[in-house]
Amino acid sequence: MSTILEGLRYAESHEYVKVEGEFGYVGITDYAQHELGNVVYVDMPDVDDEVTAGEDFGAVESVKAASDLISPVSGVVVEVNEALNDSPELVNSDPYANWIIKVKLSDPSEADALMDAAAYKAFINE
Amino acid sequence: MENKRTCLYDKHVALGALISPFGGFDMPIQYSNIVDEHNAVRQACGVFDVSHMGEVLVTGAESEKFVNHIFTNDVTGAPDGKIYYGMMCHPSGGVVDDLLVYKMAPQRYFLVINASNIDKDVAWIMEHAKAFDVVVEHQSDKYGEVAVQGPKTEEIIERVLGIPCKELAFYTCKELEYNGETIIISRTGYTGEDGFELYGSHAFTNEVWDKLLASGEVKPCGLGCRDTLRFEVGLPLYGDELTDDITPLEAGLGIFVKLEKDFIGKEALAAQKSEGLKRKIVGIELKDKAIPRHGYEVEADGKVVGVVTTGYNSISTGKSVCMAMVDIEYAKLDTEVAVRIRKKVFPGVVTKKRFYDKNYKK
Repeated sequence: MSTILEGLRYAESHEYVKVEGEFGYVGITDYAQHELGNVVYVDMPDVDDEVTAGEDFGAVESVKAASDLISPVSGVVVEVNEALNDSPELVNSDPYANWIIKVKLSDPSEADALMDAAAYKAFINE
Repeated sequence: MENKRTCLYDKHVALGALISPFGGFDMPIQYSNIVDEHNAVRQACGVFDVSHMGEVLVTGAESEKFVNHIFTNDVTGAPDGKIYYGMMCHPSGGVVDDLLVYKMAPQRYFLVINASNIDKDVAWIMEHAKAFDVVVEHQSDKYGEVAVQGPKTEEIIERVLGIPCKELAFYTCKELEYNGETIIISRTGYTGEDGFELYGSHAFTNEVWDKLLASGEVKPCGLGCRDTLRFEVGLPLYGDELTDDITPLEAGLGIFVKLEKDFIGKEALAAQKSEGLKRKIVGIELKDKAIPRHGYEVEADGKVVGVVTTGYNSISTGKSVCMAMVDIEYAKLDTEVAVRIRKKVFPGVVTKKRFYDKNYKK
């Protein structure tokens, strides 16, 4: 049973965004980390890179495969989770505490179009 | 087309395995996770269902001559119980398949081939057998096979299965009676660790699987870690390091090619050897942890000079490494090359293609 947090917004490609004011914290869901298995590398963008909703901004690599990260929101990267460089497995142990990028949102209302917790729960059929 | 299932399929499902297609079969990729399964084999003991592998029996007056004709290694005068690794090649020198040949007894050879190539290989073997006084029997459906691998395997097989195996040397086999049937056990594997492979009926295979798991000392392991294990010790996988278009010499497997005898593909391989290789499979170690994967391009001097055949973040060493087919000018040890991974280019250096030392008991 995957953990799904209330208050977050979810994309069909299994990224979440936690919106706080004009910033959004983007990571992958518990369901996604479980499907991927042991995460061994997170390919993150650089600070100041632009991200666009629906476009890839990096990848999460498990032992077997690389999985693109699709941004659920648009904006500019203001911080990346440096801890993941040395400890990518944090994405497995707590994917919600271990967001991947912090984005200054170009349009905070953009996240409203994403699924809420109940809709995501139905989407992954649990 | 519907995928085939091995005789252990229901057991995999019951264990909650992640099942994926491989070589025409629905196979278990992992039960728990690849890292734990990989480490179990390096440190203790794991069991793999490898019943998808194909088996072909060659018998008859000209069986030695025939096997030598289709096989790059030399089985002339082989003692009973000896096993040889080698390839079947096209006249071009490209590889039809890599395989094990078990010399079971006089005029009796047991060939173990890759699941993904069973149809191609059987057709190839049958076609070439026409000119020889041999009988070829395709026995893939008759046999189940498990590979039991890891440093504790020998002791566990003797104690848990009651099958004596201590005296078997590396790359040898024997037949023995077990519950009224003749089974085959060999000291072989595909992990770089000591271990054995057991061939027998579907009932035997199920019994061995159940007994090993019931002991609590043997971890069920999927094809996911089978690949990471074989990769770390530089063993090739057909489809990655060997194909119809890659020769054994390009793959660095020249010691299994005996050019002093005749076999299909010999002329092309002898010519390739005398002219010198134009490309070769090497190891590459990246400085970063980004993972080079099959098909990614290798770059140097501002151009593409090769392609990754297999790559991982090595579970045993933590380094991002790959095997790659590169132009010969870039194949020397310590040559600086780079691998393009998505949008970035990651620098690395050419290494040996053995990233972890084998731990065979010879």
